[in-house]
Amino acid sequence: MIIEVTDLKKNFGRVQALKGVNLTVDKGRIVGFIGPNGAGKSTTIRLLLGLLRKDGGKAKIFGLDCYQDAVEIHKRMSYVPGDVNLWPNLTGGEVIDLFIDMQGEDPKSSRKEELIKRFDFDPSRKCRTYSKGNRQKVALIAAFSVESELYILDEPTSGLDPLMEREFQALVKEQKALGKTVLLSSHILSEVEQICDDVAIIRQGEIIESGSIKDLRHLTRTQFIVEAVEDLDFSECQGVYDVVKDHDKWYFQVDHRHIAGVLSYLGNYQVTKLETKEPTLEDLFMRHYEGDAKGGV
Amino acid sequence: MSRQPFYQVGKLLRFYIKREYVKLFTWLTGLVVTTVAVALALSGIYQSDQERQMMAETMENPAMKALIGRGFGIDHYTNGAMFSHEMLLMTMIVVAVMSILLVNRLTRQDEESQQLELLLALPIGRLAPSLSAIALLVITNVLLAITTTVSLTLLQIESINFLGSLSYGLALASSGIFFGAVTLLTAQLSNNQRGAMMLSYLVLGMSYIVRAVGDAGDLWLSFLSPLGILQETQAFVNNYFWPQLIILIFSTVIMVFSMRLREKRDLGSGLLADKKGKNKASGFLKTTPGFILSLQKVPLLSWAVAMLLIGLSYGSVLGDLELFLTENEIIQQIIGSANDVSLTEQFIAIILKVMAIISTIPMLMVFHRLKSEEAKGRLDHLLARPISRVRVYSWYVIISLISSIVLLSLGIFSLAGAGVYVLDTSIDFWTLVQANLVYLPAMWVVLSIMAVLYGLIGKLESLAWLYLLFSFMTIYLGDLLEFPDWLMAVSPFYWVPELPVEVFNVWPLITLTVIAGGLITLGSLGFIVRDVGQS
Ligand SMILES: Nc1ncnc2c1ncn2[C@@H]1O[C@H](COP(=O)(O)OP(=O)(O)O)[C@@H](O)[C@H]1O
Ligand SMILES: [Mg+2]
Repeated sequence: MIIEVTDLKKNFGRVQALKGVNLTVDKGRIVGFIGPNGAGKSTTIRLLLGLLRKDGGKAKIFGLDCYQDAVEIHKRMSYVPGDVNLWPNLTGGEVIDLFIDMQGEDPKSSRKEELIKRFDFDPSRKCRTYSKGNRQKVALIAAFSVESELYILDEPTSGLDPLMEREFQALVKEQKALGKTVLLSSHILSEVEQICDDVAIIRQGEIIESGSIKDLRHLTRTQFIVEAVEDLDFSECQGVYDVVKDHDKWYFQVDHRHIAGVLSYLGNYQVTKLETKEPTLEDLFMRHYEGDAKGGV
Repeated sequence: MSRQPFYQVGKLLRFYIKREYVKLFTWLTGLVVTTVAVALALSGIYQSDQERQMMAETMENPAMKALIGRGFGIDHYTNGAMFSHEMLLMTMIVVAVMSILLVNRLTRQDEESQQLELLLALPIGRLAPSLSAIALLVITNVLLAITTTVSLTLLQIESINFLGSLSYGLALASSGIFFGAVTLLTAQLSNNQRGAMMLSYLVLGMSYIVRAVGDAGDLWLSFLSPLGILQETQAFVNNYFWPQLIILIFSTVIMVFSMRLREKRDLGSGLLADKKGKNKASGFLKTTPGFILSLQKVPLLSWAVAMLLIGLSYGSVLGDLELFLTENEIIQQIIGSANDVSLTEQFIAIILKVMAIISTIPMLMVFHRLKSEEAKGRLDHLLARPISRVRVYSWYVIISLISSIVLLSLGIFSLAGAGVYVLDTSIDFWTLVQANLVYLPAMWVVLSIMAVLYGLIGKLESLAWLYLLFSFMTIYLGDLLEFPDWLMAVSPFYWVPELPVEVFNVWPLITLTVIAGGLITLGSLGFIVRDVGQS
């Protein structure tokens, strides 16, 4: 186990930012950490980095205490925040070298040059002239230039364009192939879905769902789109939800365990077209909002 | 406690040096050059013992003590005694400002703009940034002490010897280290950079005021102020080293305490709690001037309090001064007989000029905020809405102007109130008020320099601060060092009639106002056409 968080609590004054977060990240996994704005993702990550003091519970990385042993832990991991601010009168290249050097590696012998090319980054300019995306590239290049066992990434692509985001995803997958572990926070679910093995969903300071993406999908429904000659009647059929008819197309969702039943039931009709869609994490997410109009903060 | 709290402090220090050395080199050069120039000039101008003794007599009164500090070796006023009397206190304040800016930049500013988060996510000890900042603070101030000591000694001026230079240099360094340590503490207290900086300046200001009151009345109060303690080094007279030692011990205690606090608090937080803000914008906030004022509410209110305090303390000096002069009729005869003007009025003229200089600072700060709003890209939010550039610029100018009037008035009303009503001095209340308010046009000229540079080119507006510093030097050192008239005339304050002493003349005031108005208008024209944006 690389990251082990049990019942982690954090208050800011009277605001309970974390109400008892449980999270485990195993070696070699890419874990998506998702939740709406203000859910507590960054707070959890700052606690993991030892930047904040916890008000209860346990937070460990590599079996070491996140606050007391921060230095030891940081020697073996890299962090990229969503909002990267840099020193305005240093160049991007200087900052990258500084970070790599601080990680105890030689800025010249690292993968730096390759990453600079991949991210199409100009390291010779002063940081004050960089856009948000470019500042983020500085942090990403520095983080992936060193040999870390763990990458903690807090919405690291919020400023990148789609091309660069794809580059980033490729990079994360390469890390997985090398046996590295990644914790990737995001509020964009599709991004997490494409590259993550596991997800943990946080909302209002609590983990409401976690597990492998495959397992979680079983909790969800598959979207069906059916065209048939006759009118369909689902009153007899179990596990079918949200039936909508649009011209001659039928849209509805089916619980995973009832798929077989629905398919055989559809055999009774003259179906001219059948489409199914895998559930997205959005659907998964929406399920938790049903019956709770408050949502995030 | 966390393990390895200072891990990689050396590497971090090297990084901090790389970031700061240009700025620090400029500060140190400026300080040492000024020190050397003044020492040379003083010894060149006042060559005989008699001349210096005459100066000593004019300095040895409550008003001057409040202003520039208590002198030592007055009976035998050597070059060294005179130099350190004139320069030590003021230079200690400048060194304190340099150190406050340095430590604030490296600690709270980095924390607020989240660079510290990036650093602490690397294998860097939690306290390493604080310790590196302190190390750089100490290195800078020790370098200052060394260069000051060596260059003063090398001048080979009689009575400016090695030991005296060393005590002088170390007093400067101790002031810097002390206020740097205070800034490390305020960085733990406030959760934002401006707030922390303001707290540090508050401590510096109080140190000056407490010492001023103490020195003017020969009270023990001076020993509550670090500046008051440090001048007890009596450089070039007795060369004591205990004041530096005491201050350095205090500094160390403050530093250790601050690091304790840092260890215990969250990154990004401050120990002084933030009040919960309002949900909705008030009607006032929605107007352009209301918005600008709301941004600067806290500093402006603090300055209002500061001006009241400064006024009160200088006002109390007036009482001391009259008492002193009646008790020392001989001195009055020596100096006062030169012309008809009373000694009291001469000193009042100096104090009023200093008050005007001090209230120029908040006025410039109000306008300078426009620049930092632009630099941080926040001005775009205003300009992208139906708010014209002229409107934004004009309101900043207007609010600066109003704050100059309000703050100067606050200062002089409390000075005159304390001096005239409480202490019952013989000067007329409204004479004092008028004598101070005539400096407003000169203050506006300094503002217009900032406005025109900002408006036309969007940078170099900080030169206005240098211009203010220069104007202060002409007031503070001009007569003493016998600056030529043309040099004195560069300062706008030179043109203002010194009211209790000179007769009122409206023309210079009109001219200054017209110059200020012209430059401000020119700046607004430039601001309309130039590029606006983040930098
Ligand atoms: N320094 C802070 N002071 C007070 N409240 C905070 C602070 N940091 C975060 N919070 C609150 O904690 C909650 C979680 O915030 P955060 O972890 O930043 O959310 P996320 O990263 O998931 O968007 C929010 O309600 C936020 O307002
Ligand atoms: Mg966040």
